[in-house]
Amino acid sequence: MLGTLASAGGGVTVGEIVETLLLRTGFNTRMVIAGTTLLGIASGVVGAFAMLRKRSLMTDALSHATLPGIALAFLFAPVFGLASRSLAVLLIGATVTGVLGVLCVQAILRLTRLREDAAIGIVLSVFFGAGVVALSYVQVNAPSGSAGLNAFIFGQAATMQAHDVMLMAVLASGALIASIALFKEFTLVCFNDSFARVDGWPVSAIDLAMMAMVVLVTVAGLQAVGLILVVALLIVPPVAARFWTERLWLLVMLSALFGGASGYLGAAISALLPRMPAGAVIVLTAGVAFGVSMLFAPSRGVVAGALRRLRLRLRIASDHVLEAAHDAGADRIERVTMRELADLHGWSAWFAWVVRRWLIGARMATGTRDGIVLRERGRRRGRQVSRNHALWEQYLVSYADIAPSHVDWSVDLVEHVLSEELIRDLEKKLAQRGEALPSGSGVTA
Amino acid sequence: MKRRTKASAAAGSGQSNLAELPEHSSDSPLSIHAMTVAYDKKPVLWDVDYDAPRNRLIAIVGPNGAGKSTLIKACLGLVSRASGEVEFWGENYREVRSRIGYVPQRESVDWDFPVSAQDVVCMGRYRRIGWCRPVSKRHRQVSLECLERVGMRDYAKRQISQLSGGQQQRVFLARALAQEAELYFMDEPFAGVDAATERAIVEVLRELKSRGKTVIVVHHDLQTVPEYFDDVILLNMRVVASGPVEDVFTRDNLHKTYGGRLTLLSEAAEAVARAASGRK
Repeated sequence: MLGTLASAGGGVTVGEIVETLLLRTGFNTRMVIAGTTLLGIASGVVGAFAMLRKRSLMTDALSHATLPGIALAFLFAPVFGLASRSLAVLLIGATVTGVLGVLCVQAILRLTRLREDAAIGIVLSVFFGAGVVALSYVQVNAPSGSAGLNAFIFGQAATMQAHDVMLMAVLASGALIASIALFKEFTLVCFNDSFARVDGWPVSAIDLAMMAMVVLVTVAGLQAVGLILVVALLIVPPVAARFWTERLWLLVMLSALFGGASGYLGAAISALLPRMPAGAVIVLTAGVAFGVSMLFAPSRGVVAGALRRLRLRLRIASDHVLEAAHDAGADRIERVTMRELADLHGWSAWFAWVVRRWLIGARMATGTRDGIVLRERGRRRGRQVSRNHALWEQYLVSYADIAPSHVDWSVDLVEHVLSEELIRDLEKKLAQRGEALPSGSGVTA
Repeated sequence: MKRRTKASAAAGSGQSNLAELPEHSSDSPLSIHAMTVAYDKKPVLWDVDYDAPRNRLIAIVGPNGAGKSTLIKACLGLVSRASGEVEFWGENYREVRSRIGYVPQRESVDWDFPVSAQDVVCMGRYRRIGWCRPVSKRHRQVSLECLERVGMRDYAKRQISQLSGGQQQRVFLARALAQEAELYFMDEPFAGVDAATERAIVEVLRELKSRGKTVIVVHHDLQTVPEYFDDVILLNMRVVASGPVEDVFTRDNLHKTYGGRLTLLSEAAEAVARAASGRK
């Protein structure tokens, strides 16, 4: 990847890339990279709560709605005797219209029957359109020219001044610290706001604080990342982190890590390649983190999920085979029998082959020329499965009305549903019915 | 279950219960006066008057759309009232909310939320912990005890998405226990739960009663009303009748509440018969 970047940038050497990544560069570049990293960390944390509160998309409306504010602040700052190029002034303007945009979304939701996605789409595009109009007005009419205002759309990290970076860092760390201080309160409101309200928490105020953090991070990132893509810093890192963990603290930290890494790499690369806008690189980095997480995360990833489903299917299929052998009182399963089983359960030829390999691989059976022969392990398993099947049938007869509908008769799942107490109860029932209980190690494998 | 024997209690009135209590109605944990609730100008609850007796298990019963959940949500300020007053121990909700516990409907939250069962129960301690402070060891210990009381101690570290519906319901109940309230509101805790959970909930209800608490439960199963509850509010937009189960839970009142829905009525008849036999 580094090699391709070097060639894309023309004159950039590997040495320069390493120097930049290690922050061994000019003071200004170092400041920008450090500032953007901090921004990424803060937006990772804030974005995690926005995601959990299901407000991710709202941030998009917010960031687009900042554009008219920037242009208006530039136009009207001289009226109040302020320097129209001061970043602080422009960001205040951005905040005002950004918040106004969010309020508009909420007003539309309250007053009409429109859904949230429609309301956000309307506000986002109308405010952005107003911003573009205001911006072109500035370009034509402002005496001082509007050089630099366009940078807010796509971001321009490399040209940021030290004091601009400081402002960004202060805003981002403010949002970061406040989010950590209010961790407990944010969690409560995100999970269950009606309980929080009954419990006496000012839910609206906490929601407002959460939104304020989003505003802070968005506004802070405007110059470095640009208003179109800053929202990605809020949305992508937490979503990527969600694939890896079920624990909130870990989720927030991973999200901060992904966000920070995106900010760091994005700013560093765009410092090397001046034409490359930082925002785009930051978002692409975050996108890679998301893609990898979605595919390969161990618990919620796509690959892991597919493997789990395949394993379960194989386990159930091999249980079918073992049970059939047990019920037939046979130790040997001929090729023909296997084909009959495959037809019965609708297995394809290759799946039947995989089941056979699985049985042998799990040392349940040994393969012979015309089928498989069960080993002791396989015989025991067959006994268990057959016994559990009988118990399960009894269970369905007696308790079907409360049994979850998705339960398969596979041993693991049954064990999950039947309590110890219930298993003893079922054994008693079976005994009373005069059914021969297969002897063996009992239900628990 | 011990039943109060009060032959003279007038059916259809909660007033009889107040006679037992000291003069002040402020001893009633919940007093509703002329409460009306409307969604989009369509009334859902109409002119509700009710005084809850202390230290009783109270069921709110009525057909679908009768406003059962709305009644407790309006009491708790989750739904705004068109008119009327609600007082708790004679005071405004704001002053006494630390004495009130709440079990929302299970479907009201997203269970695919990255927290453990114990984390959820700890949320019941948050108001004691206060702003911006982490959950201390002592509070985590209390949360474990609350999980124990609903038979879920072994599941403390389990992610809530991996719990069954009944187990999730018990986690909600444990969280309410962690609130250490005096008056509990529970919204359909028995809806869609397994037998073990139903037993666990009933046990907790009885334990709460023995500790002097008052519990108001939105309930949908007429069959179990006489067995689980002391008092009942029969609701269908307005309060049809309220008071001790043995006085109020009659065929006549149920008919008024459920109208002509005969299938339900035949079910109810059995329950009424059981209530009647309990009365003798």
